[in-house]
Amino acid sequence: MSDVADRVRKIVVEHLGVEEDKVVENASFIDDLGADSLDTVELVMAFEEEFGIEIPDDAAETIQTFGDAVRFIKEAQ
Amino acid sequence: MFDLTGKCALVTGASGGIGGAIATALHGAGATVGLSGTRTAPLEELAARLGERAHVLPCNLSDAEAVNALPKQAIEAMGGLDILVNNAGITRDNLFMRMSEEDWAQVLEVNLTSTMRLCKGVVRPMMKTRWGRIVNITSIVGSTGNPGQANYAAAKAGMVGMSKSIAYEVASRGITVNCVAPGFIETAMTDKLNEDQKSGILGQIPAGRMGTPEEIASAVLYLSSPEAGYVTGATLHVNGGMAML
Repeated sequence: MSDVADRVRKIVVEHLGVEEDKVVENASFIDDLGADSLDTVELVMAFEEEFGIEIPDDAAETIQTFGDAVRFIKEAQ
Repeated sequence: MFDLTGKCALVTGASGGIGGAIATALHGAGATVGLSGTRTAPLEELAARLGERAHVLPCNLSDAEAVNALPKQAIEAMGGLDILVNNAGITRDNLFMRMSEEDWAQVLEVNLTSTMRLCKGVVRPMMKTRWGRIVNITSIVGSTGNPGQANYAAAKAGMVGMSKSIAYEVASRGITVNCVAPGFIETAMTDKLNEDQKSGILGQIPAGRMGTPEEIASAVLYLSSPEAGYVTGATLHVNGGMAML
């Protein structure tokens, strides 16, 4: 199984249609990767499914960057 | 004309006249239908009449937990959820001066809040499939008001505002959210009116007659169809010209 970061990157690339090398630690989904607010909701849904975890709404709001997502998922697992 | 083959539709209030007609119309167009309502017997009867592709999903809409669980149950039973018709509704009529907070709260809970809960539950699976139809059954009184129905009119008007807001948010994902606003329709509810009341009402309807549940169902069928993909945030008034909005 691939590393959490790789799996998260794959979801982001697929969902937002961005280049893989743009998905870096501090890349903001909205400001850098062109996501709208609904995209961020969908990304969280996709993370939940991929990793079999539940991300409550208040936690979802804190996931702004690629790095945030990876950190949160690692802790939640 | 409208083909819903392969689509799964959840209809609340399917034990009533209008809900039953809606479920029958969607089913007739090829959809698998989930029939929800509080009374199981009429739902079973309807399911038996429809035959295949019909599932009975009883639910008390004043029970928040049951409402939140309904979309999941529907998906389990039908294998998907593409169309949601929020048709169930209750009235607790009284003059505003005499309307209790309980009558107010109950009508808002069942008509408006349960609709919100179901919309929330279905948007997620619909976003995933990039296709969805939500049709909320409102009422002419949500636009015109009606003496004795401050609670009902508020709930129905609230559904319109909510539907438009959701429509904005999910339009880019292939999901439409619309309302159908019936006028006076021949149902068990209007059967109770006496002749004087009926003739008074008919005098206000340019078409000179009450509508039928099937005429509401036809509007719902259109808004549920692929053909209506560019219609969202709209309210389709089906009232014989009683209010031209």
